[in-house]
Order: sequence, then structure tokens, then C-alpha cells
Amino acid sequence: MHAAAPERLLIIGHGMASTRLVEELVERVPGRFKITLLGAEPRPAYNRILLSPVLAGERAPDDILIHPADWYARHGVALHCGIPATAIDAGARRVATSDGRSFDYDRLVIATGSSPLMPALPGAGLPGVVSFRDVEDVAAMLDRAGEGRHAVVIGGGLLGLEAAHGLAQRGMAVTVLHLMPHLMERQLDAEAAGLLRGALESRGLSICTGMTAQEILGTDHVSGVRLADGRCLMADLVVLAIGVRPRVDLARSAGLAVARGIVVDDALRTSAPGIYALGECAEHCGTCHGLVAPLYEMARSLAAHLSGSEALYCPSPTATRLKVSGIDVFSAGDFTEGPEVEDIVLRDFRLGHYARLTVRGDRLVGAVLYGNTGDAPFFADLIQSGRSICAMRDTLIFGPALCAAA
Amino acid sequence: MTKGDPAHPANYGRVCSKGAALGETLALDRRLLHPVVNGARASWDEALDLVATRFRTAIETHGPESVAFYGSGQLLTEDYYVANKLMKGFIGAANIDTNSRLCMASSVAGHVRAFGEDIVPGCYEDLDEADLVVLVGSNAAWCHPILFRRLTDARTRRGTRLVAIDPRRSATAADCDLFLPLRPGTDVLLFNGLLAHLARVGALDTAYIERSTAGFTAALAAARDDAPDIGTVARGCGLDPAQIDAFYAAFAATRRVVTVYSQGVNQSSQGTDKVNAIINCHLATGRIGGPGMGPFSFTGQPNAMGGREVGGLANQLAAHAGFADADDLARVRDFWCAPRLAERPGLKAIDLFAALGEGRIRALWVMGTNPAVSLPDGGRVRAALAACDFLVVSDCVVGTDTARHADVLLPAAAWGEKAGTVTNSERRISRQRAFMPLPGEARPDWWMLTEVARRLGHGDAFPYKTPADIFREHAALSGFRTGRRLFDISGLAALSDAAYEALDPVQWPVPAGQKDGTARLFTQGRFPTADGRARLIPVRQAAPANAPSLGAPLVLNTGRLRDQWHTMTRTGDVPRLRMQAPEAFVAVHPTDAAAAGLRAGALAEVTSAWGRAVARVSIGDDVATGQIFMPMHWTDEAMPGGSPGRVANPACDPISGQPELKHTPVRLAPVALGWEGLLLSRRRLRPEAIEHWSRTPIEGGHAYRLAGAGSAQDDLDRVLALLGDRSGRAELRDARRGVFRCSTTDETGRLLDCLMMGAPGTLPDPGWLLATFASDAPLEAGTRRNLLTARGGVPAPATGDIVCSCFGIGADAILDAVRAGSRTTAELGKVLKCGTNCGSCLPELRQLLALQPGIQTREQPCPSLS
Repeated sequence: MHAAAPERLLIIGHGMASTRLVEELVERVPGRFKITLLGAEPRPAYNRILLSPVLAGERAPDDILIHPADWYARHGVALHCGIPATAIDAGARRVATSDGRSFDYDRLVIATGSSPLMPALPGAGLPGVVSFRDVEDVAAMLDRAGEGRHAVVIGGGLLGLEAAHGLAQRGMAVTVLHLMPHLMERQLDAEAAGLLRGALESRGLSICTGMTAQEILGTDHVSGVRLADGRCLMADLVVLAIGVRPRVDLARSAGLAVARGIVVDDALRTSAPGIYALGECAEHCGTCHGLVAPLYEMARSLAAHLSGSEALYCPSPTATRLKVSGIDVFSAGDFTEGPEVEDIVLRDFRLGHYARLTVRGDRLVGAVLYGNTGDAPFFADLIQSGRSICAMRDTLIFGPALCAAA
Repeated sequence: MTKGDPAHPANYGRVCSKGAALGETLALDRRLLHPVVNGARASWDEALDLVATRFRTAIETHGPESVAFYGSGQLLTEDYYVANKLMKGFIGAANIDTNSRLCMASSVAGHVRAFGEDIVPGCYEDLDEADLVVLVGSNAAWCHPILFRRLTDARTRRGTRLVAIDPRRSATAADCDLFLPLRPGTDVLLFNGLLAHLARVGALDTAYIERSTAGFTAALAAARDDAPDIGTVARGCGLDPAQIDAFYAAFAATRRVVTVYSQGVNQSSQGTDKVNAIINCHLATGRIGGPGMGPFSFTGQPNAMGGREVGGLANQLAAHAGFADADDLARVRDFWCAPRLAERPGLKAIDLFAALGEGRIRALWVMGTNPAVSLPDGGRVRAALAACDFLVVSDCVVGTDTARHADVLLPAAAWGEKAGTVTNSERRISRQRAFMPLPGEARPDWWMLTEVARRLGHGDAFPYKTPADIFREHAALSGFRTGRRLFDISGLAALSDAAYEALDPVQWPVPAGQKDGTARLFTQGRFPTADGRARLIPVRQAAPANAPSLGAPLVLNTGRLRDQWHTMTRTGDVPRLRMQAPEAFVAVHPTDAAAAGLRAGALAEVTSAWGRAVARVSIGDDVATGQIFMPMHWTDEAMPGGSPGRVANPACDPISGQPELKHTPVRLAPVALGWEGLLLSRRRLRPEAIEHWSRTPIEGGHAYRLAGAGSAQDDLDRVLALLGDRSGRAELRDARRGVFRCSTTDETGRLLDCLMMGAPGTLPDPGWLLATFASDAPLEAGTRRNLLTARGGVPAPATGDIVCSCFGIGADAILDAVRAGSRTTAELGKVLKCGTNCGSCLPELRQLLALQPGIQTREQPCPSLS
């Protein structure tokens, strides 16, 4: 079968998910596919997660490329950077690109990722208002950054806090505006969020929760932000980090079923034959994922499927980490309170550590760790596997070393 | 480390656990170091002026019998002498009693009835030379361990047989050759049975009876009425007839027999009769006054005997003079030049505190003892102390249960700082020499008493500058118009200060002109009675004052532990002495425990008609069914509710006035608890907001056992209030299971406290925690966290710094993989999964690979982004 002419596998989008797919395929079935990668960004894929440390100056930009450019050629992958796809002809199995070319495929993977949500705020289009998605955004932020200058970050989620930390590291006076009562409300409970807030504030960040921006001020350039309570904050830079939206325009135009994301089944198949969707643009069982672990699981499942294995994508509970150096935060699973939920909480006020496990019956269903996240993989594994924790209930929160001895 | 004096004839250098730990009781942190008036520090002049004024006011307004002193066997003879002289000679009442009332009064009364004077006939050498030693109501193995070693040594050396008679299988009983677990309070029947048996088998010394005694016929008749045969004795005493046979036969066949008796005999409503029942047997066999024989009362306190010699009991006058004899009154009045000498006995302890509660005593001075704990019917005693118009307490420590009620606290000298004399059970007077300076403003009790006497206008009669001054006067009084009395130490009345200082241990009597002491008395069969004969006293078995009932079916017995002394004011603060029993306990037979629904280690409530105690259940068959045992030592400082004194009935022997502390009908019930806790703290706390608590000193601090009837959640705030500032705390909460645990460290990582709370019966074994707490070293980060597991011994695996946080992979594991052949991040990822999730650690992985000397990585250099 491998002796036959290789199938043409075309991948639109060159981010972390599609790169992982390629890695899996060249390892599993080298030569099976003639792979072509179309990337909108003008460079090979990089680890987007590490943009935060780059912004903070904690990592060199060079460090974050996933593979050197020649890696793709060595593995027979045709890489086209800076050439966004413009249209899919699902019937003809052909994709058009912005430079007027077209690429035929036997199978197509759409991995177009997502774009930042932009609020409908007056002044949102002013120069100096940026999102935090790619290398260009980091460059734009660094362009505005500087000692004693002011930044306002709108959005106290994972990305917004990483941006805020990075800018503070660059000497800026940073204020974070967050709509909800506590930071990272999707990933943290109130206590962990409170500890996080304290840690960020002790590093000089100003945090306003339960607060929205009403207007971005400025004439030819952003100069400030007016808040819902009427206060005005000075701003040389405004970073918008209020969420992302899957990039689905291409798929929708091609007539594929699209809800919030491109609808896929357990084999990552879209509604059109031979077309798959992968990564943040895909919607599986009503969920679009934005964290790396499920995206990698998707890539692995899709690679298996394309390799001919029976491997269905089955999402695991997601785990979150914050990339702010010196602040270790982890959460996984479901940690909402409830009558059947038992909480186990370990706190260390001196060290500022906090750990909360939620147990339902004999299973661990959620974990929030702040300060000491060394046991995170252990908890993530227990949540994912659903193993009974009965025998180690008393020592569970102390982690695997003590549980093993139990 | 404390060492005994190998030359001292009382112990030849041996010391017991309490003695060996004396050095550890010298710390000053619990010492009372200055006078306190109404809770505020005061000068000696202020305090003494107030004491004198209040005593004078009470005497002038309500008469001399409205004031009282309550002393103790901790006082030296000189202290005691001054107190007795002041009260009986110059205040003019005999209201001076002492805690010796609780331990020795029945022996005193029995001695006086039999011998005409309070005399212990023999000496410790008799323990070495006896062939049979009968221990009645004496747990000598714990309470007189050095003497008990003499007995066991004698058994080894000469085959001495040891018989124990005790309702409880004490450590002594367990180590004896024959053990008679008699029914509580049936000693008179057993010894009446013995007397009848001795007559029956012809083992009496009729010549001795004829020559040296009176009252034999009546005594034997009473004995026979009580105990016509062994079967009657067996039924009455609840004993196997064979055991009784064995005991009686051994006694009948052995001339050299010593009968040792102690609190089990004395602390009884029939205590005096028990003493005489025993003495009757010795008199009727002539086994008294010779080597290796005689009745032998073992004294409890360091100087109970000295107190008896000066007259420190309300029914004695001074120097073995009594109130009944006009000549006695005259000689003491003359010697003291005391025109207001008391002419009738004062109030004995139980009556004295009853009078206090009724307001008949207006001013009381308690010296070196803790009646709130040690007296029976403790609730009423505490109420009386609280209601007392004017309470003075002189003590060496702060915060005793008694001192809490005091208007004036006077700081007394402690053991190592006092100078004077004490007398032991064999009439041996020993010098106690100070080897430490007086700390703070502490002073000896004799000095305080002298100062108050001067302020009351009796300076001329109290001219004392040193203990030697007092001792010489005491010795002179004992030889003043002595008559037939044997207590005479006038041979020591002319000691120079230097000779007093150097005085060797000596057994009284030491009459004038005699240089050495007297080992044995009654050697010639002559006694200090009017006719020179000893008296056999007809005694009849009688039941204890309060019988068990349906509502109180069990009998509470009380006693001592090996490693504790009295109310723990000093021994209670020595960790190693508290290890034997960290908490007040109630020993229960398995059958009774099952009937009451009690499990070992749970808390039980002991309730009598007089009060209630709470103690931890200890199940075993050392106690018989129908009986329980509680140690006497616990105070509100150590475990509120743990004192059996609150439960004990106040019934007394009608002659000696000694309370029946060994027999109180009680009922037993489990204490329902919602939670239990263990708190280790560097601080001494009084967790009064907690329903049940106990404090035990441990290495490095204190251990508190806590418990409450409500839910842990409800009581948590009250428990947390005992802890240090939250900023240093680490805590574990598992609300569903009622688990709360926390520890507090200071900035250096030194452990300050540690708390474990959980459902009853679920607390972790504290062994590892105690060891960790004992070490004062800063905790390592891992230990600090694992502390809350209370397990220890499980070090976190050495991972090195975490490199891949997604999978928790540390540098050590990565380096191991590199050594094992991994050369790229991908290979590391295959082996360890590191770097295969978010990939944030790939740069560190590359660095680790590149840093390994001699390892050629195959990693490609990264291109630039630009």
C-alpha cells in the first residue's frame, strides 16, 4: 500500500496543532503522504505559548521555533510560509492561496486556529491597541513598551495576565481590567485567584476586577482608557485579551458545517468528504479548545486516523498552567462546589501555597493548585483516568510520594 | 542528673524516678518569684502587713478560731514548728491542719491507741531482716520504690516472702509471691481472721501478751465474732479460702514478719481500726521491737513525720503533747510562755474546709499544698476557697488550682533552696541543705510566718534568724518535762550552728546526754502508756461509709502513679515523668467497660453523688470487676475534670478524721464526642474554651489533647484561637471527614505548633510528630508539608528542580536519562514525556543536554526568528 503514489495531504494553517500532526505522520507513516503546509504567518511554526516569556524578556525569540526551517524539507514536507489560503473548492479538492496559486489535495486538514476577540469599544481601532496572538503582536507591544510608560490590559484571563506580566517586566505601569469578580475565573477558584492577584499586585500590577472599559481614549494614538465607573487610566498601550474566536471563514465559504467552530466528528472529519479540521478552529461535541493539550490529542488522533488506525478523539479534562515566571498555577477538571462534592484543601500561608481537590464519590474530579504545582501531573492523571482514590484518600493531597506509601 | 548520697542510711544513694528527675524541676519558669496581692505584684512589706492585718481583724472580730493554717508534708520541720507555735500558742486556736490528714492520720491515731504515742517502732533495716513482709494497701513498688527494692533484694538474698493485700493488682501486687485481692474495705475482717487464726493454731506469744499488753481478751473476742472461721473471712473479703490459708499459715509460722501499710489502710472510714487490727496481730505474737519484725507505716510525704513531731495536726498540741492531758497543756504553755495557748483540738482538714465554706473561717493560709485538688468533694472545696474572705497561699509555683483563688500569694523557697530538717518513716531526722540561692524574692515559709508573728505583736516569742534557732527550740521543747513520752530529741537542743549544719542523719529519740539515735523502739516490751503496756484494740469489720447502689454501682479507688508526685506542680512539668501517663485515666475491668459501652482510649465520665470527673479509659484486669481506679494527680492545669477529688466522697474515719479516698460509689458512662484533636505547642496554654482538654509537657513544649461534643467545624475557631499568627501556618481541611490539621512555623522554619483534628478515634499516631517537635531545628520544606500527614518517614522523592512542569519531570530524572543514552529532546520526550506537552521546557532540556560534559548532543541549533 505504501508503494502506491503518496496521497496528497494539504494542511491549511501552520501552528502548533498542525506541526504536531506532521510530526506524528512523518514518524508513524513516513512517505505515506505528500504533505504540504500552508502558513499565513511569514515564518515556520513556533510555540505560541512561549510568546509570554518572550514578551517578558525571559526567553530569546530564537528559542520558541518548534523546528528549524530545514526540518520540514528533511522530512519531505513542503512548507509555504506567509501564504494564507483564500478559498477551498471542496468538490474539486483544490485550495486557492493569496499569491494566486492553487493546491490540489487528496485530503485536506483545516488548522486555521483562532483570532482574538475585539470588543466593540469606541477607540478600539486606534494605533497602540493590540491583541496578543502572534509574534507581530509581541513586536507591536515591545515597540510601545518602555520604562515608566502605561499599559492597560483588558482581560484578566490567562493570556491577559501573561501579557500584563510581560509588560510589567519591561518596565511599564500595567493595569489589568477584568469583567468578572476574580481573575482567571474559568481556571481558578476564588481563593487561588485571590492569591494570584496578591502575587501580581506585589509585583506592581494594578488589578481592577468587576470592571469594564467604556472607551479607549486618544486621537491619533491611544492615550487612555475610560472605565465604566468614569475613571480614566493613562495608557500608552492597550492590550485586548478578552478571548478568541475560531477562524472559520474559509470553511464556511466552502460550505462546511460550522457552528462556533468547524464541526468535526470523533475522527476530526468535517461535513465534507476528505476534509478534516484540527485545533482551535475545530468544534468537537460543541466544544472549541484553546489549550495545547487537547489540541495535541486531536493531532495525535487525526494522525492515527490518517495512518489507518482506529483512533477516535476523546477529549480529556483540560489542565491549565499560567506562564508567569515564579507563579505556579495549575487547574484541571471540575472544581465547582456542590452537595456531592467533597473538598480537600491544603494551604500554606507562609509560602502562599494553595491546593484544592474536589472529590465525587471515589473519584478525583478537579484540582486547583497555586504555588506548588509539582503534583499536578499526578492529579491530572487521576482526573483523566477516573481511577478510584479510596485507598489514598487521606494522603491524596500530599501527592504521589505519600500516596504510594499509603 | 540528681544522684543519691551513698552514705545516707535511708537509701544508700538510690533514688527513684521522681528523685532522679529533681534536677529537671529546678527551672524558674513556673516559679512564684515575688509576692502578689489581689493579682498585682507587691512588696514583701505590703503583703505581710496585709496578711497580719486581715488575720488580726478576723481574730479580734470573730475570735481566734475564725482563722486557720493548712500546711503540708512539703514543709520542713522548722517551718511547721513556727506555724504550729504561732497558731496554737499565740493566736490561741488549734486550727492548723495539714495534708498529712489525707495520708497518715489513721496511722497516727492507731499508733496512739496502741502505743500511747505516735511511734513507728522499727526501722528500714527490718525490711532487710524480715522473712515475711505483708504489704497492705501499699503500692510500694511505685510509691516507695527504694524501700521496695530493699524488699526484693531481701527476697533474693534471704528468701523473704512478700505478700500483697490490695483490691487492685498494683505493680507491687504483681511482684509479690502471694496476692490477696480483697474486697475494698475488708482489711479489718482479714486481720481479725488472722488474729483468730493465730489463737486457733497456738501461734500467740502468751508471755508477751501477759507482760506487755492489755486488751487482748476483748480484741480476740471481737476478732472471733467477726471471723469465726476462714470461710467467713473468704466470703466477706471476696477471697479464695486457699489464699487466706496460705497467708495465715505463713504469718503464723514466721517470727520475723513486717506488716507494711499505707494509704490503702489509712484512707478509709475505718482506717484507724484497720491499723489497730494489724497492730493487734503483732502485739499478740510479740512480733514488735525486734529485728525484722513489726507493724510499719510507710509515710508518703518528705516530711509528714516531721509535721507529726511538731504537732502539725489539729488534734495534736506540740512535740507529741496532746490536748487531753492537763500536764501536756501546762508544759507547752510554760515552755512557749504562751498565755493564750489553745486548749482544745482544732478543725481537721475536712471539717476545716467545711467551716471555710460556711464562713466560719474568715482567713486561711495554705502552705505548700493544693487542697483544691487533693481533698475529696473537690467541688465544694473549690467553692469554699473561692468564697473565702481572705486566702493566703505560700507556694513555690504559680497557677495551682488553689492559688487561683488567693488574695495574697507569697513566694516560697523550693526544695533546692530550703534549709532545715525532715523526718522519714523510720524516725530518721535528716538535714536538708540548700544548694541554690533563693530566686527572685522567694523566702522560706518559717521566715514568712515569723514576720507575720512579729506583725501580730509576738516578736519576742519568734526571734528566729535561722532554721537552726528554730530546731534548737523544737528539740528543747521535746525534752522539757518529757515524762514517759518517747519523742525526745533534746540531745540535739544545744547544737551549734555549725553542728546543725553538719548534722548526720539520726533516728529519734535522742534524749539529752545521748549522742546517737535509736534504731528500734519497744525492744523491752515497754510502751509510753500509763501502765507501760501496749493496747490491743477490739475492732469490728464495718462497711465503707457509702455503699454502691443501682445508680452508682462501681467503687472508685484512687492512688498514685510511679512518676508523679501529688498534684503535679513540679513533676507534672518534666516530660519524661509524664510519659508513663500523659493524661488522667480511669482503669476499668473489661467486663465493666463493655457494660458501660467504653472503648480503650475514649473519654469516660465518672459521676458520684459528690461530683464528676472525665478521664481517658484504660481497660485491663488490674482492677477487679465492680471497681475502677483513677490516679490522684490531675489538676485543672493539666486536665480539667481529671481530678478524682471532685468525685470522691468526704466521709472520714471518726477517730482520725482521714477521708475515705479509696472508696466512692460511682457510675461510669462514655462521653459523646464530635471530634478529637492533638495540639503540640511551644506555649503553655489553658484552652478553657474547649470542652475537654489536657496538657502534657513534652520535649520542646506541650501536648494538648482536645475534644468537643459538637462538630469540628463548630469548634474550629475556638481551637484556632490557640494557635499562633496565621501567617506562618500550613493547613489541611477535609470538611466532609471532619479533618483539620495545621502547623505553624516561624520565619526560620522552626515548628511552633501543630494541630491534628478529626473524628473521635481517628487521630494519627503522634510518635513521629512528637519526635519532629522535639527537634528544635528548622524544618525542611518537604517535612513542613508532610508534617500534616503526621507520618513522616516518607521523604519526597528527590527529583531535583522541576524542569517539565506538565509531567513533573525533574532535572535529576532528566540527567539520569541523558546518562542512559538520550541525546535529543525528542528522545528525552520518549523516555520521560518531558517537553511533549506545552513544550515550554524544551529550551531547558536543550541546556541540560548541552551542559553534560562528554555528551555530544545531536540537537540542531535553533534558527533565529528574524
